[in-house]
Amino acid sequence: MSDLKYTEQHEWVRVNDGVAEIGISDYAAEQLGDVVYVELPDVGRTVEQSGEIAVVESVKAASEIYAPVSGEVVEVNGALDDDPATVNAEPTGKGWMVRLKLSNEDELATLMDADAYKTYLEGLE
Amino acid sequence: MRYLPHTPQDRAEMLARIGAANINELFKDVPADALLNERLDLPMAASEMAVERQLSAMAAMNTAAGTVPFFIGCGAYRHHVPATVDHLIQRSEFLTAYTPYQPEISQGTLQVLFEFQTQVAALTGMDVANASMYDGSTAAAEAVMMAARVTRRQRTVLSGNLHPHYRDVILTNGTYTGEAFVKNSPQVTDDEDLAAQVDDQTAAVVVQNPDVFGNLRDLTPLAEAVHAKGALLIVVVTETVSLGMVKSPGAMGADIVVAEGQSIGNGLNFGGPYVGLFATRQKYVRQMPGRLCGETTDADGKRGYVLTLSTREQHIRREKATSNICTNSGLCALAFSIHMTLLGEKGLRHLAALNHAGAVALAESLSEVPGVELMTERFFNEFTLRLPKEAQEVVEALTEKGILGGVRMSRLFPGDDTMDTLVTIAVTETNTPEDFAAYRKALEEVLS
Amino acid sequence: MNRQGRPTQPVASSAPEGLTTFSGNKGLQLEEALIFEIGTTQTTGVDLADLPANAKSRIGDLARTDEIGLPGLTEPETMRHYVRLSQKNYAIDSGIYPLGSCTMKHNPRLNEKMARLPGFSDIHPMQPQSTVQGALELIDTLAHWLKVITGMPAVAMSPKAGAHGELCGLMAIRACLEARGDARVRVLVPESAHGTNPATAAACGYKVDTIPATEEGRVDLEALKAKLGDDVAALMLTNPNTCGLFERDIIEICEAVHGAGALVYCDGANLNAIMGKVRPGDLGIDAMHINLHKTFSTPHGGGGPGAGPVVLSETLAPFAPLPFVVVTDGTFSLAEYAPEAEAHGAQPFGRLTAFHGQMGMFVRALSFMMSHGSDGIAQAAEDAVLNANYIMASLKDIMTASFEGPCMHEALFDDRFLKDTDVTTLDMAKAMIDEGMHPMTMYFPLVVHGAMLIEPTESESKQTLDAFISTMRQLVEAAKAGETERFTGAPHFAPMKRLDETAAARKPVLRWTPEENASHSAAAE
Repeated sequence: MSDLKYTEQHEWVRVNDGVAEIGISDYAAEQLGDVVYVELPDVGRTVEQSGEIAVVESVKAASEIYAPVSGEVVEVNGALDDDPATVNAEPTGKGWMVRLKLSNEDELATLMDADAYKTYLEGLE
Repeated sequence: MRYLPHTPQDRAEMLARIGAANINELFKDVPADALLNERLDLPMAASEMAVERQLSAMAAMNTAAGTVPFFIGCGAYRHHVPATVDHLIQRSEFLTAYTPYQPEISQGTLQVLFEFQTQVAALTGMDVANASMYDGSTAAAEAVMMAARVTRRQRTVLSGNLHPHYRDVILTNGTYTGEAFVKNSPQVTDDEDLAAQVDDQTAAVVVQNPDVFGNLRDLTPLAEAVHAKGALLIVVVTETVSLGMVKSPGAMGADIVVAEGQSIGNGLNFGGPYVGLFATRQKYVRQMPGRLCGETTDADGKRGYVLTLSTREQHIRREKATSNICTNSGLCALAFSIHMTLLGEKGLRHLAALNHAGAVALAESLSEVPGVELMTERFFNEFTLRLPKEAQEVVEALTEKGILGGVRMSRLFPGDDTMDTLVTIAVTETNTPEDFAAYRKALEEVLS
Repeated sequence: MNRQGRPTQPVASSAPEGLTTFSGNKGLQLEEALIFEIGTTQTTGVDLADLPANAKSRIGDLARTDEIGLPGLTEPETMRHYVRLSQKNYAIDSGIYPLGSCTMKHNPRLNEKMARLPGFSDIHPMQPQSTVQGALELIDTLAHWLKVITGMPAVAMSPKAGAHGELCGLMAIRACLEARGDARVRVLVPESAHGTNPATAAACGYKVDTIPATEEGRVDLEALKAKLGDDVAALMLTNPNTCGLFERDIIEICEAVHGAGALVYCDGANLNAIMGKVRPGDLGIDAMHINLHKTFSTPHGGGGPGAGPVVLSETLAPFAPLPFVVVTDGTFSLAEYAPEAEAHGAQPFGRLTAFHGQMGMFVRALSFMMSHGSDGIAQAAEDAVLNANYIMASLKDIMTASFEGPCMHEALFDDRFLKDTDVTTLDMAKAMIDEGMHPMTMYFPLVVHGAMLIEPTESESKQTLDAFISTMRQLVEAAKAGETERFTGAPHFAPMKRLDETAAARKPVLRWTPEENASHSAAAE
């Protein structure tokens, strides 16, 4: 868990070799309820930090997912099309949504680490 | 007032429970100046008999289609609706229910919608259909907007032989959304080349089949040209009965099919309410407008139906919804579905064949009248004649003789003088050989 | 001696645990398969004339040769199929239907009878206008009633439902602003608005900007003023609003909006509370749609058809869409194209539908209005407001009213009274189904938590309201007493248990297919 960085909108990002893997936090997955569909972006699209990058749908709600960092979409998790419940089951693992080629590593510094996010969540209660 | 149950004593007791001295205390948030002190300048309450008398008098001033030889089409068609249909749609449980938001006590409406969606998909030759739109024209406008979402392009090519009211509804809906339209002029002989107008910025081509003059065409080559540029083909059908006889838009390569479903189960009603049909390919389901009913199971594992994929809709997605539509044409869809069930495939094919045979017979008969020329070579139940006089004059003269003989194209295309002598004539199973003979005789008299 | 004697005394019995019927039916509750499972493509329930012997075809190679896949049923089978399905629906004719924001009132059958007069139902929208003078007069008469009721000078009749009316109103606003050379980009929408409002604004190319509500459940006038600017085209508000409250500051709100050069659109969904009591035209409204299927009782039909005429102020009247009825020396005609409209001084923004609007609904609505008359219309509004306040007064001690009353025609509660009960708003709604009542609107408006919006309408008698109140009180007490089993699995007694909406959305099955039929038959064996 400690390799994840979080946003205030409950996205997480994990960076490997300049590629940022993005998904939603356990907290967000719990709040959304049963995920029924994830609308993913086209590969090749570039997105700015905080730009809309995906939409997660439950039966009665649709929530935009914002990019924690800027970059170009290099891969999307097509497995979610067949089994969107993975987002609920493993939000920070197999439930990842998008992989971006990072365009500005400095943006990572603007995100919360796991401890800071935990504190942030406690503040929301 | 017969619809209001409270007695004065009920009202007094209720005000007492509320703790209000009089009814206007409950309106205390209304600015005092705006609260009306006197009644509106309108007639007082009327008995059932009195209302019936007044409205019947207004109705009697109109010429009901069933009372004369009647040949008007152009987007609405007079077909026979079995008595069973009207009886069933007036059952309280269908007529006076709301949108099925509580599925446990709305399975009647929901199963009907599931059956309706399946019937529409089969009829149009498509994968999926929604639970209805307002009418064919608004369905067409929604299709154009959907094609823009699917392709992320904003240029739409409109056939000149699209019903001009449909064209105008599409243009109006596109006025403020940044869409660009390529318009074509109407050509009764149907030789427009739409394929040549498709480029790699084109979202969709909209074409009507049969077109507003009645022409049928094979859209397969157009579909291929459209797909080659990554655009979508939207096919509009205003006479749904044609689908019982004519190759389906789906089989010709359509990506979205929109249709006016009035012909099946619904009366003319002076233009509404009607029922818009909307069908597309499975891969575009999430871009569809309107309600969708889907199959699922209940807590006991029993099969049932719910409204689904609601995240596309305005009540959840708000400004990002695929459409603003909420109330649609539920009861008209029910009428459509019941009539289609009564017909069945066998009945629909036979009905279509009767319509076609009648139209061919009348077209051939009328085109024998001196000076009259049949302009539509291949048609279903509607065709266009060129007359040796202005069509307006002829249609009016026929009306004088008690025959509602068709639509003069100058009404649909005002200002286009190539339309002045054209009249478009629809024939359905309701027309008799006597109607045909009367039309022929009257036309000969008017033109002589 | 007659040896056929039968026991005629009832035998005390409750169904043994787990007993099911062989057929799956339960007495009068009959299961019904899909038409695709019971019909065939070779069955038909209509008798049509034979084809003429010499019938010719002009279809050529465009003939449809594939099997379409449309099953037919004979007439008696058709009757049973749909009657059985109808019996699985709740309806206003069966009982109270207190759906907030929906105005589910009595649907008089006189209206149905009038709409079916051949002079209205069997006329074609493209008939020569000389043959439909009565129909045009009816539209004009209805227009007059709507204008008088709302105190507005003009009305666009063609919109097909409320959301279509919103589109009409906003397009008129945009056309008007553009005619002034003053294109603007933002539309302000209160957070309590119906979803159609922001969806409509977006469909007109506007950016939606949300205004917060005050703690009293009304538009925050100061927040509104702060958001106004020369890029704001319109405010879309609902009055009475979706919390069931009259916007007390409505006149100041409209003045502020007009002062900023913008226009006021009012969502007329809640006209039932104020007809005959307050005229929107006196408040400063520029455009408002009227849901004929709510306020004027043209039936909802399980989701339409509706009708959404839009009344317009002097400012917006010239921009009304085509077509419209024109009266000249007692003769009615239709302006169907821009040149005809311009001859009458109009600048229509376009056309919204193929023909002239929902004529069938117009007849029903006029029949309903004429029956009420000006006296009955005001009385209906008063009774609707009275009924809602009666419910509010009778339940607010054990449920939590979201805002201080009086309310207008609907009473809003939230789920604070369910705190620590393990019962949710949804559970409460489903338990109401078991009690034979349609639930109220739930989880709307969004401005309160777990909303329960109750709109009884004027059609409910005091007796019905008392029964409703009594049942609600017992349900609330049961929830607070921890009888969760009554709620969490509810409905227990409806034709269906709770349906799996998650599965429906994850793997959408939107039509019947032959493959599905095969899998069902296999499962049944």
